[in-house]
Amino acid sequence: MNQYPNHCVDFYASHVLHRLYEIQHTERHISAESMTRVANEFKMSASQVASVVSFYAFFYPEPVGFYHILFSNCTSCGYQVGQLNLLEKICRLLSVVAGKTRGDGWVSVGETSCIGMCDHGPSMLINGMPLVWLDDERITQISCLISEQKPLEQWPVEWFRVESSIRKHGLLLSETVQPGSSLKKVLASAPQQILNHIIDSGLRGRGGAGFDTGKKWQFCRDSAGEARYVVCNADEGEPGTFKDRVLLENNADALFEGMAICAYVIGAKKGYLYLRGEYRYLLDHLQNVLKRRYAKSLLGQSIVGQAGFDFDIEIVVGAGAYICGEESALIESLEGKPGIPRIRPPFPVTRGYLGQPTVVNNVETLIAAAHIAKNGRDWFKSMGTEESTGSKILSVSGDCRKPGVYEYPYGVSIQQVLDDCEADNVQAVQIGGPAGTMVARKDFSRQISFEDLSTGGSFLVFGENCDLLSVNQNFARFFAHESCGFCTPCRVGTSLLTSSWQKIMDGRATSLDIHEIKQLSALVKRYSHCGLGHTAANHILDSLQQFSERVEKRLTRKTFTPQIDLDAALEAARKMTERNDADAHLE
Amino acid sequence: MANNEHTITIDGTEIHFKAGQTIMDAALSAKIYIPHLCHYPGLTPSGNCRLCVVELNGKHVTACTTQAQFGQQIRNQTPELHAARMAITQMLFVEGNHICPSCEKSGNCKLQAMGYYLGMRDEHYPQFNPRREMDASHPAVLLDRSRCILCDLCVRASREVDGKNVFAIAGRGIHAHLIVNSASGKLGDSDIAVDDVAANICPVGAILIKEKGYVTPIGRRIYDQRMISEVAFDEHVPEHEEHGND
Repeated sequence: MNQYPNHCVDFYASHVLHRLYEIQHTERHISAESMTRVANEFKMSASQVASVVSFYAFFYPEPVGFYHILFSNCTSCGYQVGQLNLLEKICRLLSVVAGKTRGDGWVSVGETSCIGMCDHGPSMLINGMPLVWLDDERITQISCLISEQKPLEQWPVEWFRVESSIRKHGLLLSETVQPGSSLKKVLASAPQQILNHIIDSGLRGRGGAGFDTGKKWQFCRDSAGEARYVVCNADEGEPGTFKDRVLLENNADALFEGMAICAYVIGAKKGYLYLRGEYRYLLDHLQNVLKRRYAKSLLGQSIVGQAGFDFDIEIVVGAGAYICGEESALIESLEGKPGIPRIRPPFPVTRGYLGQPTVVNNVETLIAAAHIAKNGRDWFKSMGTEESTGSKILSVSGDCRKPGVYEYPYGVSIQQVLDDCEADNVQAVQIGGPAGTMVARKDFSRQISFEDLSTGGSFLVFGENCDLLSVNQNFARFFAHESCGFCTPCRVGTSLLTSSWQKIMDGRATSLDIHEIKQLSALVKRYSHCGLGHTAANHILDSLQQFSERVEKRLTRKTFTPQIDLDAALEAARKMTERNDADAHLE
Repeated sequence: MANNEHTITIDGTEIHFKAGQTIMDAALSAKIYIPHLCHYPGLTPSGNCRLCVVELNGKHVTACTTQAQFGQQIRNQTPELHAARMAITQMLFVEGNHICPSCEKSGNCKLQAMGYYLGMRDEHYPQFNPRREMDASHPAVLLDRSRCILCDLCVRASREVDGKNVFAIAGRGIHAHLIVNSASGKLGDSDIAVDDVAANICPVGAILIKEKGYVTPIGRRIYDQRMISEVAFDEHVPEHEEHGND
């Protein structure tokens, strides 16, 4: 039986992000003094700590409320419910201004990017805990409990209950990996043999980019280094994606098994699970699974009695930054830095965590690897298409009657998914989240696969009554908010795209503006440093191409309208001069 | 011709490179100008401004961070790249508050010089008019963040040449900003010195040396005399001095 290393399974402030979280949690902010303290503890400079604090959304330089509410602003689990704005409502009820802590220090309300509760209706994080199925009534109840200053522990438990709504079990979800069963099978063969098996299975990364998993492992195995690392990317941040959350809840054993198999293949002694801050509530569960695995000798020294096969897994929790889903940004974050994507090459497989060869794989990918090790490549290849073997797990949400997790063989059509989730009168589907592809009704026969529409798992359904242009606006804001700010086209471009799109929304844009937006989109796409910028304008280009008539309907007929409303800009002058006659107005 | 295996082609001109050089290094050595603002020879390249993006086998890469490799066919001066560089420069102009006519850096400013080089006539995009903190706490060095283009040169120069680590970038997205490494966050409490490379490398008017603003009159300043595309060939940070070896 293996004794687990404390830092691996206890939430322990050995990581700067964890230490900062601890301070944020207890002091409700991270003061300059705290930053200096952390800088000394971690032998960092004061500015390095300040950079980290200001990079992550869940750290605050000024105190937040004892009740700190963050509404998801996702199109699926967001706070806008038809005509009702839940965020505005709770602000009104609690007399608090969004983004500002109430004078007495008790409440603060803000918004955050998608928290992965898209199959649970409008949702929020309250002091980091997800609170789901919000509606008008619930918001009133919440505001009462806050007014009474009732501790969260005394709130109804069912409000916090996150269920795993698995609607369709396919290759991976219909079968559980008994702890150790894959590993034991794997250890009977040499690492290269297992690797060949993974390569032959055709497994490609499930995060969306679809890089050949076996090849990735092979590159890492072949790279010279003092140590090698396995990193599981559980920073599922693409709005509309929640399948990793469900996998972490239900299939953590298979995931850790997959990580151990990867470690065996590449020769790693250490692995990290990088968990997004929004999923911190899963930490206890994940640590318990780790403990059980240590107890069964499935982690630690001489795993299942194999001398020399030592492997530890540690969990590092992020702090609210979508960009950390990009593998090199994730590694930066793992190293306790702001999540700014690295220059590539070198790729992580040659120079990753601490400059050493590192495999970064998505949760679903590692689970698939564990299944392949147990059931064989032919089992895996029996499903899917030529270039996309196996299955894909989708997070389906939006305007449908059955949101949840669905697992399909690759090659499934969009229409099939829509039929299964009971979505009628659908005008568009967004595949792969805001960074993905917007598909109009005429193309619903297209399929989910690397050959056609690849996706990390986000499947957003937009019904007939949805204002698609406001969806674009939501996405544009998302990218502007999540841009790391490193490079000019993305930092400035995403902000410009947001304001340009707002001009269309306001009915003040002309055809010249459309031309401008297209050029700007192409620039951001082509000249940005990383994937965020490369994909940030896709939804705009898709919309302009597929729904051009809707956009045109909102245009003014004039050939040019300035960005600012000139007449509105004169308002201050009118007030000062106490004039409001016709001559004091433009047009 | 020796070393034929160490050649790349930029816009049809074949040039030599030394092993380990980037496309930018090789181009500058061969007196070929690739526009750049965040790059300064002698400092680790960063690739953040994106002006030096060139076309390499149909892909867009930053010349400052991409290794030169035998046989690369690179396109640098194309109408498309020119338009992109213009747009990126305009973005930098509108993102901050650039007060060229009244800025004491006028004529010595690379952003302004880049505008002239590219033939930029207007800012094109709507102004952001940001409010960013000014730091006048240091007796000899002024930090005006509203003119900062986040090129990161001062950060790298301080760490890599001055051996001090005075600056860092904090915040994300459009809120990214320059911070100072001192307990108070003020320049006056940092260990920056007026002759540090970090205090003098700023390509714009964000870090200014006090009381020297008009020593050289406008009209006789760097880019009043020569184009940025010529000045670039003479630049290199001083070789790093080994501290404590004297």
